[in-house]
Amino acid sequence: MSEVLLESGIPPMIPSPHAVLSDSAPVRVAQARDATTEPRWAQALLILGALAFLLAFLLLPLLLVFVEALRGGVGAFVQAVSETDALAAVKLTLLVTGIVVPLNLLFGVAAAWAVSKHQFPGKRWLVTLIDLPFAVSPVVAGLIFVLIFGAQGWAWPLIDEGWTGTLPLLGEVHVQLPKIIFALPGIVLATVFVTFPFIARELMPLMEQQGTDEELAALSLGASGWQTFWRVTLPNIRWALLYGVLLCSARAMGEFGAVSVVSGHIRGRTNTLPLHVEILYNEYAYSAAFAAASLLALSALITLVLKTYLEWRHGESLAANHRH
Amino acid sequence: MAVTALPAKPATPRRRRVLPGFGLSLGYSLAWLGLIVLIPLVGVFVKASGLGFDGLWRIWTEPRVLSALWISFGTALAAAAFNAVMGTWVAWVFVRYKFPGKRLFDAMIDLPFALPTAVAGIALTALYGPTGWIGRWLEAAGIKVAYTPLGITVALVFIGLPFVVRVVQPVLAEVERELEEAAATLGANRLQIVWRVILPTLWPAVLAGFALAFARGVGEYGSVIFIAGNLPGVSEIAPLLITIKLEEFDYAGATAIAAAMLLLSFVLLLAINSLQARLARTQRGRT
Repeated sequence: MSEVLLESGIPPMIPSPHAVLSDSAPVRVAQARDATTEPRWAQALLILGALAFLLAFLLLPLLLVFVEALRGGVGAFVQAVSETDALAAVKLTLLVTGIVVPLNLLFGVAAAWAVSKHQFPGKRWLVTLIDLPFAVSPVVAGLIFVLIFGAQGWAWPLIDEGWTGTLPLLGEVHVQLPKIIFALPGIVLATVFVTFPFIARELMPLMEQQGTDEELAALSLGASGWQTFWRVTLPNIRWALLYGVLLCSARAMGEFGAVSVVSGHIRGRTNTLPLHVEILYNEYAYSAAFAAASLLALSALITLVLKTYLEWRHGESLAANHRH
Repeated sequence: MAVTALPAKPATPRRRRVLPGFGLSLGYSLAWLGLIVLIPLVGVFVKASGLGFDGLWRIWTEPRVLSALWISFGTALAAAAFNAVMGTWVAWVFVRYKFPGKRLFDAMIDLPFALPTAVAGIALTALYGPTGWIGRWLEAAGIKVAYTPLGITVALVFIGLPFVVRVVQPVLAEVERELEEAAATLGANRLQIVWRVILPTLWPAVLAGFALAFARGVGEYGSVIFIAGNLPGVSEIAPLLITIKLEEFDYAGATAIAAAMLLLSFVLLLAINSLQARLARTQRGRT
């Protein structure tokens, strides 16, 4: 290729020491030209190697889920996903996601507003603490709630018998917590913990970068604090918010370790879809397990498509590390 | 110092906290953080310290616990190291070359973030099992993957890959071609340029990706338990041992293992944060 360039009279991009000798030593010129890119064969090898790796570790596992799910035919697939326990698992998974995402959304927006629009001592520590759940094993995330709310936990008396006391003004009050472990509240708590940083992480760098100029302008024109937030800040962060919600709900739907510790695996009642997959798999009901798994894989694919679309279409309104 | 600082003083308080809602948003964030994350986590350490140092030490040095911790950290280290190489390789191919299907493969990198771990676990087990699409060929070559520590490593490679690729990719895209051209004019060959000009600028990113993949891998549960075989002392990971202890109502044992994992993970998190701070500093230094 470099020889073609030389023949067409365009000088080589790099003033190589060998270039002067081009007529007598064309091979060495080729080497010098290649110094900012690899030879064709090396490029091909590197690309093939990378694709083979991605095929073996990412694409084949995904493909296998769908192939195994449909192995017994469409009829068996439909039967496996419309069975009562499977439907209950789907419903519970959606319910948990529907509770967890708004909770983390509220926290994410509040934390991002405090951290990125204000200066205060200890800010870096707060950011590190928000990231903490990323460094905690999901099983430990489940365990911590068992230790508090389980049958041997500190809060167990509050759940078992409740607390009765006399308060000023209110008189005699009886406080009793609902069952938390092996019930819906435990699953929600564990999932909130595991997905805790997702939305805050998306918003903080973006809002930091957007600064406070627009908000200050709105305030100086007489807008109230809430008006400024709803009309100025929120429109500026809406795509990043959606992006965070997407990642958060994907993780919330698929969370396994933390939920498995607190759920108790009660069929039809505290089984989320990933737990349902596990139970079927351990019972050697492979086709049914993969059929349920394919629903989760499908939602993962939809997540990826939406995520790629957001990065491509609204990249400039996302945090810098998601722009393409 | 007081004299020189005086003129600037009136400006600072006016710039700070001019936007409303600081107290509300910070208070709400701190309360929620405390309730969901901090108090429960501190609870583990309170419970663990109730065992006393001797009690903790006795559990930590049980052969089964030691080997579970060793397997979790060892396989996570191996997988993160493998990902550091392959992730950098993949990032290189994405940033530097053009080939058909690149966008599709690029989007697929995030699959491990989106795919539930249990689904990944059963899929990898079926793929690398003795009769699987890949497993049967490896079996024929005498390599057993499923139900061995190698299988755990395979699952952790899947889980950790996007961390390395997504950290290295943007840094690699920022590497200035002028540096390579300068090195070339000075007579360096391609290997020298890659090794001595490009890779040194990537090291902080590769390390950060490695640390993130490692931290994630140590605690990983869902994708591992299906492929691991879960043989105590051979392929039983620490998170699984915690769930086993819980099922046996051995809360002290479970808490002690959890405390060990948390301590080790916090050390990791601190290392990651200081790495990333250094990474940010070197990047700022370059521009």
